[in-house]
Amino acid sequence: MGGGVRTSPAWGGTPPSPQSPPAPSPRPPPSRGGGAIATTAFATLAVVVVIPAVLPAFYVTLFGYVGLGALVALGLVLLTGVSGQTSFGQASFVGLAAYATTMLTKFAGAPPIAGLVVGLVVTGAIAWLLGLVTARLSGHFLALVSVAWGMSFFSLFGTLPWLRGFNGIGNIPPLSLGVLSAQSLRVNLGVIWAAVAIVMAMSACLLDSRIGRAIRTLNGARLMGESVGIDTVRLSRTVFVVAALYAGIAGFLFAHFQRFISPTPFSLGASIDYLFMVIIGGAGSLWGAPLGAALVVVLRDQLNDLIPRITGQVGDYELLVFSIVVILLLQRAPDGLLPLLARFKRRRAPTAVIEPDAQADVAPPEPAGSATQGVELLALEGISRNFGGLAANRDVSFAVHASEIVALIGPNGAGKTTLFNVVSGVIPPSSGHLRLFGAAAAHLPPRRVAALGLARTFQHVKLLPTRSVLENIALGTHLSGRAGLLRAMLRLDRTEEARLLSEARAQAVRVGLGGVLDMPAGDLPLGRQRVVEIARALCLRPRLLLLDEPAAGLRLPEKQRLAALLRQLRAEGMGVLLVEHDMDFVMQLADRVVVMDFGQKIAEGPPERVQSDPAVMEAYLGGLA
Amino acid sequence: MDWFVFLALLQDGITTGAIYLLLAIGLLIVFSVTRVIFVPQGDLLAFGTLTVAALQAGHLPGTLWLLDGLSAVALVASLLHGWRAALHGVLAWGVYPLVVTVGALLLAPQQVPAISILLALAIVTPMGPLIWRFAFRPIADASVLALLILSMALHFVLIGLGLVFFGPEEASAPAITDASFDLGSLNVSGQSLAVLLCCALLVLGLRWFFGATIHGKALRAAASDRLGARLVGIDAGATGALAFGLAAFIAALAGVLIGAVTPLSYDAGFDIGLKGFVAAIMGGLVSYPMAAAGAVLVGVLESLGSFWASAYREVIVFTLLIPVLVWLSLRSGSPEDRA
Repeated sequence: MGGGVRTSPAWGGTPPSPQSPPAPSPRPPPSRGGGAIATTAFATLAVVVVIPAVLPAFYVTLFGYVGLGALVALGLVLLTGVSGQTSFGQASFVGLAAYATTMLTKFAGAPPIAGLVVGLVVTGAIAWLLGLVTARLSGHFLALVSVAWGMSFFSLFGTLPWLRGFNGIGNIPPLSLGVLSAQSLRVNLGVIWAAVAIVMAMSACLLDSRIGRAIRTLNGARLMGESVGIDTVRLSRTVFVVAALYAGIAGFLFAHFQRFISPTPFSLGASIDYLFMVIIGGAGSLWGAPLGAALVVVLRDQLNDLIPRITGQVGDYELLVFSIVVILLLQRAPDGLLPLLARFKRRRAPTAVIEPDAQADVAPPEPAGSATQGVELLALEGISRNFGGLAANRDVSFAVHASEIVALIGPNGAGKTTLFNVVSGVIPPSSGHLRLFGAAAAHLPPRRVAALGLARTFQHVKLLPTRSVLENIALGTHLSGRAGLLRAMLRLDRTEEARLLSEARAQAVRVGLGGVLDMPAGDLPLGRQRVVEIARALCLRPRLLLLDEPAAGLRLPEKQRLAALLRQLRAEGMGVLLVEHDMDFVMQLADRVVVMDFGQKIAEGPPERVQSDPAVMEAYLGGLA
Repeated sequence: MDWFVFLALLQDGITTGAIYLLLAIGLLIVFSVTRVIFVPQGDLLAFGTLTVAALQAGHLPGTLWLLDGLSAVALVASLLHGWRAALHGVLAWGVYPLVVTVGALLLAPQQVPAISILLALAIVTPMGPLIWRFAFRPIADASVLALLILSMALHFVLIGLGLVFFGPEEASAPAITDASFDLGSLNVSGQSLAVLLCCALLVLGLRWFFGATIHGKALRAAASDRLGARLVGIDAGATGALAFGLAAFIAALAGVLIGAVTPLSYDAGFDIGLKGFVAAIMGGLVSYPMAAAGAVLVGVLESLGSFWASAYREVIVFTLLIPVLVWLSLRSGSPEDRA
């Protein structure tokens, strides 16, 4: 689940003392050796073949429902746990696919495989349309609308005459492929769990890819995602469709497993059940889906027997019990039960030895782009930006050229960050002309600006705090990859992925983060988190780099290294525009300094001249100097 | 359909629309102050109807014991929290439920409609602050999504309790008035007018509350900037409790009003609440006048829909959301980060 924006650890704004090296990672990356793969393969074989063959008859059905629930829940893990959206309407997607295959196979005599294809097409198309109307709105809109469409579809399933209403449709043909026909429930069970294994493996591949990284930015870091070129609106719609398709697969299997369907299992209550599975199991991990599905299905079955025996009454009391459990979990363990289980395992895992700055000094020189020297990269002409009656920027004009470091300074509230946001496309200017790389760019969205060759960092660091430093940096390579969702799921993206990761690794080494690649980014001190942002920006291979207070929170040696890096970038032909309060840093580094006060430019020139400018002294020292 | 039927349907639609408006207002208050999308508001509406029905039938409703039980827990919790909290706790969770319980024990057997209605309001309204206290306040800073899921779970808790307290049967609230007027060929029921009148009074009352009282202004401050409000000393716990209390009162009132027009069962509140949502979403979850227009539109469409295609009534109402969302979506700018 979203769980709110995680703030950086208690470092606050104060630079860490030199005595405290960054804390070692509490969770080293899982090493996936040959042993792990063999274990997974055996486990899969057991679940798909052995268990269905030997399970007592009563449990065959129950285990089947666990598998179907896990399929839907896997989609919800992607949707809720990873991308921070949610849906209260997954059961209606299950129903759509179930009715589609039933209609085709029972009444039109088509083979089940056709039912699967049509079911998925229908489900996907409807999900795409629903996503279209909600994708731009805040996350809870999708959830609310999903309640409404869940009720609508349920009511349609119950009232459309050709769906036979609540009497349901029986004698649905069993699963078959060519001459093979799965009459036995046990074979069906094997098919269901094979589907769970495949969907789970594909989801794991997806999360471990370029698109997977991009999906994680949807959860509370959309602005950052856009700044590295991710189309977050389109991507959140895509995730929603994928989750619906998983539900559609479950619906197809459900119809042929139970061989009878009626509207009841596709009600809003069923949708909520799927969501409860994810919350109980844990929305943060794919394994939470089967765990939650097993707990909900089995517990519900047990409670169904138990509660009437205790109370002597029949009713929906197990739902009451479940709901209270879910409320307590949300309050006490919002990440579900899986992290609690995983905690025991983690304790045994060896802690990786981390040597900060082991490769700090390795900085591969890049070919110098001296040919571009002096070319205008960015030009602001009379830029103004108002917020209501407040003029944050008034008639600001200046330019940044290739191979030039320009510093933007000014007292707090001078409008520097607003200007940054205007330049990088986050907010449009109220008036004035903005030229980027020679073309008008006043109304381009951030991701288009990024594609043109402008990369930026943020004053308030925007990272995925629980993901590794390497993954965070690799986000910057988004635009240089092409592999989409399907290629990622089928693991056909490995060559490209290796190239992207090696690019990210190279930039990490370049900025001195080579020793902490596997640490969660949120565990770094704030100053070094800023450096992660710089490495991420460099992955975009920008022609113009915007840095918002890059030296804040850095120790002196780190500042010197940052200055050296920026000089090197300048030598390679990059233009740099930076906002910074550390005057020593600015004055020794910048070619030109632009000074702002109360939204207006008050001075511009080489550092020495600006330092002795009376207007600047007035702004900084209140005219006493 | 002739003119006469149309007018009758219109009257029905406006009456139910007024109820949806009440719910939409409750939702907006709670959402803007606490970011909670208050799904169980509809269930509190059903509690309102069923509580007054039980009192009228001469039973003591289960909701009374729920109030006493939860209050007792809240009382113990506040006693452990220093003397200031204890003093407040004794008044809110000790004296108040005691008065209501004694009042119910003494007055309920008389089965006077007005007294039953007042008792029902007194019993259901504190459910709001209690829900806030036990369910939402512990995770008040979680994401909107987490709060929404919790809200959904709470809905199932309340309908589970509703079934235990009231059984599966439908029940009606007593009408406030039996009067009716003939307006040309149209028969206008007094209850419809009473619903509209209550709705108007409530809206005016809220206007005054938000515009002229310190508590109302505190709520508005909390709604526009939660952190800022906290920094100037507005207690986030108290504003949350107040918002939930208002919403619960509105729900109980709506239940008492609509219960006289349509009999309700323990699980009927959700649908009604959802239509309040549709109205609130039309207001973009921010604007009261837009929500009012949306509520009346939903009521009228539903009423006309039930005449033309009664089986598809729900579908029609929920499909109405789509164009509204398209409009909202086109109006919204670049994607923003969600807290």
